[in-house]
Amino acid sequence: MLYREAGDFSTTYPQDSQTFPIRFDRYRYYAVLAVAVLVMPFVMNDYLVNSIFLPFLIYAIAAIGLNILTGYCGQVSLGTGGFMAVGAYACYKLMTAFPDVNIFFHVIIAGGITALVGTAFGLPSLRIKGFYLAVATLAAQFFLVWLFNKVSWFYNYSASGQINAPERTVFGVEVTGPNTEAWATYLFCLVFTVGAAIIARNLTRGSVGRQWMAIRDMDIAAEIIGVNPLRAKLTAFAVSSFFVGVSGALFFAVYLGAVEVGEVFGITKSFLVLFMIIIGGLGSIFGSFAGAAFLVVLPVVLKIVGVDMLGWPTDIVAHFQLVIVGALIIMFLILEPHGLAQLWRVAKEKLRLWPFPH
Amino acid sequence: MKMKLGTMTVAAMMAASPVLADLVFPSLSYRTGPYAAGGIPFADGYADYFTLLNERDGGIGGVAARVLECETGYNTEKGVECYESTKGEGALVYQPLSTGITYQLIPKATADDIPIHSMGYGRTSAANGEVFSHVFNYPANYWNGASGAINYLMSQGDISGKKIALVYHNSAYGKEPIRTLEELSEKHGFELMLVAVDHPGQEQKSQWLQIRRERPDNVIMYGWGVMNQVAIQEAANIRFPMENFIGIWWSGSENDVLPAGDAANGYKALTFHGVGSDFPVFDDIKTHVVDKGLAAGSGDQIGTVLYNRGLYAAMLAAEAAKTAQGIHGTGDITPAMMRDGMEALEITEAKMTDLGLPGFGPSFNVSCANHGGPGLIGMTQWDASSKTWSLISEFGETDMGVIQPLIDEDSAAYASENGIEPGCN
Repeated sequence: MLYREAGDFSTTYPQDSQTFPIRFDRYRYYAVLAVAVLVMPFVMNDYLVNSIFLPFLIYAIAAIGLNILTGYCGQVSLGTGGFMAVGAYACYKLMTAFPDVNIFFHVIIAGGITALVGTAFGLPSLRIKGFYLAVATLAAQFFLVWLFNKVSWFYNYSASGQINAPERTVFGVEVTGPNTEAWATYLFCLVFTVGAAIIARNLTRGSVGRQWMAIRDMDIAAEIIGVNPLRAKLTAFAVSSFFVGVSGALFFAVYLGAVEVGEVFGITKSFLVLFMIIIGGLGSIFGSFAGAAFLVVLPVVLKIVGVDMLGWPTDIVAHFQLVIVGALIIMFLILEPHGLAQLWRVAKEKLRLWPFPH
Repeated sequence: MKMKLGTMTVAAMMAASPVLADLVFPSLSYRTGPYAAGGIPFADGYADYFTLLNERDGGIGGVAARVLECETGYNTEKGVECYESTKGEGALVYQPLSTGITYQLIPKATADDIPIHSMGYGRTSAANGEVFSHVFNYPANYWNGASGAINYLMSQGDISGKKIALVYHNSAYGKEPIRTLEELSEKHGFELMLVAVDHPGQEQKSQWLQIRRERPDNVIMYGWGVMNQVAIQEAANIRFPMENFIGIWWSGSENDVLPAGDAANGYKALTFHGVGSDFPVFDDIKTHVVDKGLAAGSGDQIGTVLYNRGLYAAMLAAEAAKTAQGIHGTGDITPAMMRDGMEALEITEAKMTDLGLPGFGPSFNVSCANHGGPGLIGMTQWDASSKTWSLISEFGETDMGVIQPLIDEDSAAYASENGIEPGCN
């Protein structure tokens, strides 16, 4: 009913292979985008932007990045927090060294630097797989955090070891620093998130993405049919780290404004992003969004319901939150290992035939 | 889904924020996580004092006080979320009890015209009110603490040529005293040895092995949460003499020494306020708060070191609110008025006695140029047999000749980074 395909004819191959081949889906996508760009900035306030939308948009980029590596290329990584830290510190060094260059380019270059670092740490993936690779990336996580804590050049020799984002503008509107408007930071991050999603989607359905998936499904078979594992794995690490670096840069510069590496980019961050793609759905761009939204919004909703509506003590609610998130992760792993994206896929299949299934 | 939750949040916020005629004191507390042992008593003390004022005096200047608690788990992101969700309710002053969150809030709160009181933590150079207009850290800061520890050691004997180790939480908090101690080591000729402990500090074997190998004469610790008890236990394991082990005020509560049992006997900690429950205000708390069943949390923390600190923080906030009410002639003050009140705050011995806290803390005046107070530091010592802390020195002056230039230098750097024109308006 809702997903009616009747009258939806593809007459060319590009039409058939586009991202949203069903017309209704396509219009829904345009509608969501239009609401996000044209309506949301007007209803945005400090609370909404800082509690929900900035973390959601930024984590979505990180989740897309990790999903490319883990979901599409099958290389498990526990170094996301460390790579986000690379993006954040690269952005900080660039912002303070070249104050005249637009922050937009700093964020992108920070992503590029992270891509280089990620590729370097991806080299062991050619020799080791699975759990052993997870441990190698875990080493990257701890090494990078230690590095940013130890070498004071990274935080410009400040006494506290914190990095603070100076004020920067885009088209004369402040996007970093304390005096930002909610809509400006929201739109700034939205541009990066939408860009990341479009790039990731087009990479994953092209030849590069097919190579990644071939490596994921069976690396020996992939090698035999002519996929170069060195290239495939390293491009996955590079592209993934690029997105993770961009998200780290935004996380520091736009969202938090001041960062201490051990606390913000610790191992818990790596796990959080990993949970996002597991709950959202491995190997799915929509899943990255769904997982990020789920893990960002859930604590806020639990807090609003528990503390503000029911008036429970804050510590009880905080403990409940741990229990609920933990239970949900176990439930998802048992009931729907492919995550929210698969639920959405099944729902769409059902809606196509609804209300008259066979 | 996303949009719907957005509207729900807005609806919930609108329902919760009609203009209320009360004074809102947000408490960014942490009753969960590795730092909960420190967060719970502080939050209890903070809440109980305002409950006492409401029950006994009918609020502050006739206006009821409301404590708005928000759980941060000592996590910066949750701290930001708490700040954004509470500032709309007319929050008068933020006391995040976390150096990381304080750093986060300094620019935000200054832009929103809401004061921050980081009592004995946060950014030390905020003592310079000409640069940090909305941040206060009276009555003492980390650098006073570092100097206070060295002064105490000097009062015990010559320290030139001795080796002093700093065991610190490897974060903005723990790194704060390093510069001061480096300056002091040059001035007094002792050797400084730095030993970092990473968050959360549950594993310190290698650090204490290093201390056992290098045999420092004294150890100073800037730790928090579970790190403290582990350090004291490890010090006991290597038989480091406890009386040569000094903690900052965040490393000197009952939670830190009790796990080590008798081995912790003689451990010392700095303080900037009184210890114990031997003050008249505790009788009032018993009658008006505990007996009425209004005590925050489980009510078992009363009289502990960190409970007292929360109480003291609440008392200073309430006094600043009274001052602000006096200046602006209205009971229902705004955050901007609260800031004025904090900057004009005067704490005298007579005032403290009236409040039932005689001799609990120093007398001091806050001014625009000095948001940091006098920085008077005392020393407490733990007695494991009676399970009590006792004050073993007077509240003494610290070496402002070393500290003030460092404050000026660091605040000037902040001012130039952020384009602030220092000055009093």
